[in-house]
Amino acid sequence: MTMQPSTEFHPRWYRTRVSTYWWMGSWRYLKFILRELSSVAVAWFVVMTLFQLRALLNGPDAYARFTHRLQSPWMIALNVIAFCFLLLHTITWFNLAPRAMPVRFGGKRVPEFLVAAPNYGLWVVASAGIAWFVLRTS
Amino acid sequence: MEIRSHDILLVGGGGAGLRAAIAAAEVNPKLSIAVVSKVYPMRSHTVSAEGGAAGVAKPDDSLDEHAYDTISGGDWMCDQDAVEAFVKDAPRELLQLERWGCPWNREPDGHIAVRAFGGMKKKRTWFAADKTGFHMLHTLFQTSLKYQPITRYDEWFVTKLLVDDGRVQGVVAIDVMSGKIQAITAKAVIVCTGGCGRIFPFTTNANIKNGDGMALVQRAGGPLKDLEFLQYHPTGLPFTGILITEAARSEGGYMLNKDGYRYLQDYNLGKPQAKPVLRSMELGPRDRLSQAFVKEDQKGRTIPTEYGSVVHLDLRHLGEKLINAKLPFVRELCLKYQNLDPVTELIPVRPVAHYMMGGISTDIHGATPLAGCFAAGEAACVSINGANRLGSNSLTECLVFGARAGRSAAEFAAGQEIPNGRVLAQATDEQKRLEQRYLRKTGGKERIATLREEMQKAVESGAGIYREQSTLTQAANKLRELQERYANISLDDHSQTFNTELTAALELGYMLDVAQSIVECALYRTESRGAHQRTDFPERDDKRFLAHSLVRRNSDGSLKVEYLPVKITRWPPGERVYGQEEKPGDAIKQAG
Amino acid sequence: MGRRKSRETQSSKRGDMADKIVLEIARYAPEKDEKPSFQSFEVPFRKEWVVLDALNHIKDRLDGSLTYRWSCRMGVCGSCGMMVNGEPKLTCATFLSSYGNGAKVRVEPLRYFPVIRDLVTALSDFLAKLQGVKPWLIRKDEPPLSAGEFLQTPEQLDLYKQFSMCINCTLCYAACPVVGLEPTFVGPAAIALAQRYNLDNRDQGAQERLGLLAHPEGIWGCTFVGECTRVCPKQVDPAGAIQQYKLKAALEWVKSFVLPRGHDDAGKEVRS
Repeated sequence: MTMQPSTEFHPRWYRTRVSTYWWMGSWRYLKFILRELSSVAVAWFVVMTLFQLRALLNGPDAYARFTHRLQSPWMIALNVIAFCFLLLHTITWFNLAPRAMPVRFGGKRVPEFLVAAPNYGLWVVASAGIAWFVLRTS
Repeated sequence: MEIRSHDILLVGGGGAGLRAAIAAAEVNPKLSIAVVSKVYPMRSHTVSAEGGAAGVAKPDDSLDEHAYDTISGGDWMCDQDAVEAFVKDAPRELLQLERWGCPWNREPDGHIAVRAFGGMKKKRTWFAADKTGFHMLHTLFQTSLKYQPITRYDEWFVTKLLVDDGRVQGVVAIDVMSGKIQAITAKAVIVCTGGCGRIFPFTTNANIKNGDGMALVQRAGGPLKDLEFLQYHPTGLPFTGILITEAARSEGGYMLNKDGYRYLQDYNLGKPQAKPVLRSMELGPRDRLSQAFVKEDQKGRTIPTEYGSVVHLDLRHLGEKLINAKLPFVRELCLKYQNLDPVTELIPVRPVAHYMMGGISTDIHGATPLAGCFAAGEAACVSINGANRLGSNSLTECLVFGARAGRSAAEFAAGQEIPNGRVLAQATDEQKRLEQRYLRKTGGKERIATLREEMQKAVESGAGIYREQSTLTQAANKLRELQERYANISLDDHSQTFNTELTAALELGYMLDVAQSIVECALYRTESRGAHQRTDFPERDDKRFLAHSLVRRNSDGSLKVEYLPVKITRWPPGERVYGQEEKPGDAIKQAG
Repeated sequence: MGRRKSRETQSSKRGDMADKIVLEIARYAPEKDEKPSFQSFEVPFRKEWVVLDALNHIKDRLDGSLTYRWSCRMGVCGSCGMMVNGEPKLTCATFLSSYGNGAKVRVEPLRYFPVIRDLVTALSDFLAKLQGVKPWLIRKDEPPLSAGEFLQTPEQLDLYKQFSMCINCTLCYAACPVVGLEPTFVGPAAIALAQRYNLDNRDQGAQERLGLLAHPEGIWGCTFVGECTRVCPKQVDPAGAIQQYKLKAALEWVKSFVLPRGHDDAGKEVRS
């Protein structure tokens, strides 16, 4: 099916330019951008973990230098901020996941929080497990 | 001015228009088909229809029964050959729509589900939740997108039918976006512009229902049929006029007066039962229910509100689960526009102008007496609805007669020459007329809104549910005065780009023409039948008026009313009986 | 569906005081204006009035040149979408009372669309996108009508029903920043409509549509902002449709490596 264009006399349509700062236009857009930025925090912790592994492999001195650097106030501040973003990332991810995967049971759609809940559950269990493992030796 | 040319041109892109376009494209893929609509097709008023579309579907039902229900519901004004053709095509059309993807409600085993509807003895109304018209229109629109031969002219406002050599050869239309006035010639024109509810102050109809096609055809010399038959839907929300579908009653809703009494039992509509009984009480025909409201109001048993008196529609006993499954849109509308929840509260309703049984006179193939001009849908009058339409017949009508008109037009167009260039002169004249009378005009005094509101008041008081000689005459005089004042209209908007004040002015012109014709026909019909109730002539008069009124406009602007006998084939006129126990053989027995 | 209580204001309780509300409306007449400007109108404040009633009041009595689209005024035709105080809304379903007596309400044309005039936007691009996803039932075989209807259980209907409720009001396009930044992005409503057909058990065109949409201007253009779902007046959840589609597309991509070529992905049986 073809659509006829309007005539040669084309009234001047007005097109608004979208500003580079469009994301400051509403707090919902801002929340979205922060959520997207939080993946940087994830990447940060991955890199940190890699450095930690390398320090471990290079012996106790290297590891001691590594942990010493971690204790500087800047690093602590950075890691705290990154951790907050990591939490944001995880929570928004778990909450949005059910939208991509509608689960049906008995012909009806399972409510979203019930689909998100196992994610949280697994997170808590895994975190508890790791925490116990890490903390019991000290 | 550019002239474009197509084989077939549709004026209007709603249910009937799109169905006709598809039908023509399927008959002959080599045809070029234009759909010219003043709005984008998915905005057409078909979208608001809620309840359902009727077609015989179940083994316990029969075509004859559907025909009998329709004919008796129309108080025997229906052309019976047309009704027989209609009920025969109906199931196939609805099935075709299913094949195109329409999400009809289903039984648990996957077959089509049907429900009861007013005036029907058996369940035969196919439905898609309570947004049937929406789903049908979107299915038709989306399906129409795959047909290459169909070209759409969205937001082109038709102002005139081009007539030459005794046949319709195209249209003049304003390309609203740019304001350019264009001509499109065609070998056949199909008018599917819908009804004219906006002549009433309180209506379910959208802003775009202004009787465009009816006025266009009348101005081109064609006749309009049965205009005096206007349907009031018994349940509209006060103030907005938003429709609460008949399905609410077919699922079991009760109508209560101010004492909580199911008052319909006082009006020969049967005895109240707990569950809905077909063709009885709340499932009676619409004209009788609206008339019952007026009488109840006269007795002082309705509830006064700031927007007129109302009665109550009670859905509470249906339960939340059923309402959410079968009437979710009703619930949404009540919550949003009346701030109440039908699960726990009563819905205030009153009769609201809804549908025009009358329209452009056509035969059972969709052809009008004007050569080259066809019509279908609410804009047309075949007539299958007679003096009162049964709910869920009109959506099916759009499909059945849209398809028929499309096929007829395709056949007609195949035998036609390309329209001659003489129509170009008419088109240029039309352009001059629009510029002189509307766009470039200065010094006018009348505002569109003022004239429109006075027209609506006059029509409501003169041609409402109950009419009589003096009120009709008053309305006729008022409308004549308004036509004169219309010549003095002034526009604030002289722009060319998307001038909606211009289109509103043109729509007002169409509405005045149709309103005058309605009042004229109502004056001439001195009997009461179906939706046309005269308090001064309360009886049905088959001897003189078992005939359709045909109204034409003379060149001096006056109206001429003639009569065309109704085609009776197998069902001789009888009494309309509702609410009584009918044995299943009755309908067949009554057929000849 | 929650209940909305209309706000009774103090003045309206007092009765006699004329209640007013001010509408600041974007005006743009291409024949004389370079760009849009705002014009204020004072309108009576009535508790049953929606923004559309106010616009009609202005056009009927104050300024007949005010230009906007509307039709059904019951939230089903999709004509009357506009930005009201920065939010995409159907003006026939937005009550003046939610802004309060004496408030200032800003009405603008839907964002991210070209403006033809005043509050009217150009929809031709949107319609082209809609048509581009092949939004019709695609069948490889077409049994004759005498074979009856395609069977579809209520559960099967439920799978796609939500996505079939779209009224094409384009509020979602006005809410989506990707539409604003990348005008070639197919957009929420079009993709949701494609998914409506993909999930319909009677349709056999899912592969075809996947080919049309699995690219950066199709489903992969979406970054799941989620605004489209929030503003949708019919709870279609286009964001959900797109994410589900992404998951499916990703699985199809994996399958294309794992499974041998020629496997039938249509997978949707029609028992007639």
